[in-house]
Amino acid sequence: MLVLSDFLILGAVLFCLSIAGIFLNRKNIIILLMCIELMLLAVNMNFIAFSHFNADIAGQVFVFFILTVAAAEAAIGLAILVVLFRNKHTINVEDLDSMKG
Amino acid sequence: MIKLIFYFFAATLVFSSARVITVRNPVHAALFLVLAFFSSAVIWLLLQAEFLAIVLVLVYVGAVMVLFLFVVMMLDINLTTMRVGFARYLFTGILVGFLILVEMFLVLDSSFFHKEGLALLPSIESAKNLESSSNTFALAQVLYTNYLYPFEIAAVILLVSMVAAIALTMRRRAYSRNQNPAQQVEIKRTDRVRLVKMPSSTSAD
Repeated sequence: MLVLSDFLILGAVLFCLSIAGIFLNRKNIIILLMCIELMLLAVNMNFIAFSHFNADIAGQVFVFFILTVAAAEAAIGLAILVVLFRNKHTINVEDLDSMKG
Repeated sequence: MIKLIFYFFAATLVFSSARVITVRNPVHAALFLVLAFFSSAVIWLLLQAEFLAIVLVLVYVGAVMVLFLFVVMMLDINLTTMRVGFARYLFTGILVGFLILVEMFLVLDSSFFHKEGLALLPSIESAKNLESSSNTFALAQVLYTNYLYPFEIAAVILLVSMVAAIALTMRRRAYSRNQNPAQQVEIKRTDRVRLVKMPSSTSAD
């Protein structure tokens, strides 16, 4: 029988993979955005697992809102990426230093 | 059987997300991300969140990932410079990820979380009351009553993001021809027509 711990560990593995992905692909903004999507997926997995095992629908409502915000975030992030590429002809993070950060 | 399905799709999910972060070509990364979304949708189906599983496939695979693929294919990226620091950060990334994983594992594998599934087998109660056992029905019932205000805020967030994305990426070209309706309405007769008075009698001589 599957227990709550199985789903939580699966979510934890996904989250750690996406953290490692942010370390590995720190040049490429597109892969960084994909890693953020994976992170949100791991969080959603935890929410749905708790919602199921506690028999409370509120967790699924929260996942619904997270999906909405994630879609908005992806749309705006990709729009910024397109404008950035149009102006600077690169998406390398290290070339984007005009604000001296 | 349920356990077998869970482990198969969990393994697919972990494999595909590992490929997302290590693969060289961003297009392949996007396609592996699609595979990850599909397998997690199956796991959500196991958890009886049918509506969210369908939404994940429709919205994420159907819209967001297509947007990702579109942008990846539209941009002309130099792949060799993108991979320069990969080997250098490989050790750090794996170390940090592994440490966090071990810490999470120690917490999550405690006996507190060994809760048996309530309804991974069809329960008698849900079979009796079919209408309320539908996940979509139950979700809609709280979404349009208790969570109506957050729901409307989410709609406004989507609208704002749509307007922002269009406003960011729209550009006016110098040679594009377009109408200005306000100017068209505001035009006066005197701007367009000029009456010229010419003497007619003198030319007859």
